[in-house]
Amino acid sequence: MLIFEQLLNGLQYGMTLFLMAAGLTLVFGVMGLINLAHGSLYMIGAFACAVVAAATGSFWLGVAASLAAAAAAGALMELLVIRRLYRRDHLDQVLATFALILIFSEGTRWLFGSFPLYLTLPPSLSGTVTLPGGLVYPVFRFAVIVLGLAIAGGLFWLMRGTRLGIRIRAGEADREMIGALGVDISKLYTVVFALGAALAGLAGALVGAVQSVQVGMGEPVLILAFVVVVIGGIGSIGGALVSAILVGMTDSLGKALLPGMLAQVMPQAAANTLGASLASMSVYILMAVVLVWRPTGLFGARA
Amino acid sequence: MSRLALVNIAVLGLLIGGALVAHLTGHAFLVTLATKAAIFALAGVGLNFALGYGGLVSFGHAAFFGIGGYVTGILASHAMSGTPLTTLPYTMNGTNEMLAIWPMVLLVSGLAALAIGALSLRTSGVYFIMVTLAFAQMIYWFAIGWPAYGGEDGLSFYVRNTFPGVPTMRPLNYFLICTALLLLALGFTAVVMRARFGLALQAARRNTQRTVAVGIRPFGIRLTAFVISAMITGLAGSLYADLNRFVSPAMLNWHMSGEIMVFIILGGVGRLMGPVAGAVVFVTMEHLLGGITEYWQVLLGLVLLAIVLWAPGGIVGMLSGRGRDNAH
Repeated sequence: MLIFEQLLNGLQYGMTLFLMAAGLTLVFGVMGLINLAHGSLYMIGAFACAVVAAATGSFWLGVAASLAAAAAAGALMELLVIRRLYRRDHLDQVLATFALILIFSEGTRWLFGSFPLYLTLPPSLSGTVTLPGGLVYPVFRFAVIVLGLAIAGGLFWLMRGTRLGIRIRAGEADREMIGALGVDISKLYTVVFALGAALAGLAGALVGAVQSVQVGMGEPVLILAFVVVVIGGIGSIGGALVSAILVGMTDSLGKALLPGMLAQVMPQAAANTLGASLASMSVYILMAVVLVWRPTGLFGARA
Repeated sequence: MSRLALVNIAVLGLLIGGALVAHLTGHAFLVTLATKAAIFALAGVGLNFALGYGGLVSFGHAAFFGIGGYVTGILASHAMSGTPLTTLPYTMNGTNEMLAIWPMVLLVSGLAALAIGALSLRTSGVYFIMVTLAFAQMIYWFAIGWPAYGGEDGLSFYVRNTFPGVPTMRPLNYFLICTALLLLALGFTAVVMRARFGLALQAARRNTQRTVAVGIRPFGIRLTAFVISAMITGLAGSLYADLNRFVSPAMLNWHMSGEIMVFIILGGVGRLMGPVAGAVVFVTMEHLLGGITEYWQVLLGLVLLAIVLWAPGGIVGMLSGRGRDNAH
């Protein structure tokens, strides 16, 4: 039963990672751009949710605000800075978006201070739900899993079944060609970027609701999202989904099981710290194993 | 003498002259600040070896900087407490001799780079960036979770390590030690980049296919460059640990990797003196702007953004009147 609960926790964590990684992998696949500031969009979503929820008293308005604020910030970022970087090499992209992190993080600290903000969940989301088999699980975490799966389904439909998705895939394949066919590429890029940003903002609001909202919250998630993208293969939404769940499970199961296993051979306190850090490392070890086996990720076609 | 050579001499003159003037006028704090700049410059020279000349955009050099620091801190703390590091397979004691610590630092950071590089170089482009970042993060988590050497709190070792015949606690003496190593690394880089190895490395950056076609295998050359680059950055980490007499996981954090990259881009990618100019400007900005506002990193971000967008040759490129001709 404990294992089953940890599996659900891993799935829930994987879903938030997927929301982050989907935007990253889309932006890389379509525009060939590595965006470190994706974590800042996650933070902006969380802060927008906290501020609007505190002002209006409605968590739902907060979630809507997180989507809107992150999409707007993403679109603005793309128009002002990112579009000058498409033709540059990756080094320039890394540094420019690293500069954006510094600006966004310190700017947010200046506006809101260093103290964390907290979100209160509405009553409909703060109880527990009894799953088949008698497992009692928090409603909110369960809702995150369902929402994540729904968004994954939505993204597949968007990419496979709509005109926008066809254009995005065409842009991945050959950006000059779709330009010649009369698609406004720069507008398409802004839309894709804003879409990825909105998903990151949503992830920020969801994680902010269970943990806390503070400056720098995006960075650990960003790096894990990179790991997800690398394992899944750059540009692949399906790969991102599979590898996000894999990474989420590895992390959750590692954190839950390793301290107990180590406690058999060493004192409990030492086992707890060592177990936690081995669990954090396990995700990177997973990545190393996948890379040795398939250097372009599980579902990646090209380097 | 070319304008580029003049700029190079001016950058070094500014660093060394500035420290000497600060010493003569009794500003010991400014000498320490110059030492920090020299150490950061050395870390940058290390990364520039792989990134600037070899085109290997490593976003994980904080790993080597931190490993250098931890090797130094661990050896020094064992020397202080008089306990051996290990008794198997033979007894190994700590030491507080810089001349004994440095080879150990070079060895350990080199071995770490060999493992990380061999795996990371299987990938290229954006995968390489993310993979090096992830490996550095792995070592960061390991340092946090390893309680024997301070874990999250870091490790202090009260007394700076010793150098034969030189009282290292005097700021100017320590500055001169660090600067001497920086000059050695610069000289080494300049010589190697004109030798066959350096030329092959740069050729592989500019056009991998053509390099392969003339019969050079890039993998071994790149791995060697990555290892040398990590060793230089590890040495800088050792000096940084000695400067503060303290090591912490912050030295391994990915922000450190970003900052080492910032020194290079501020100064100029693939320029011999680029990291030196960048580190001097970075430390000066940190000191001056940090005095004005707590949020000085916003300004740093804006400056960095402006340089990436409008002056890709960095400071050395701007001053010498050339764009980024030596970079990719």
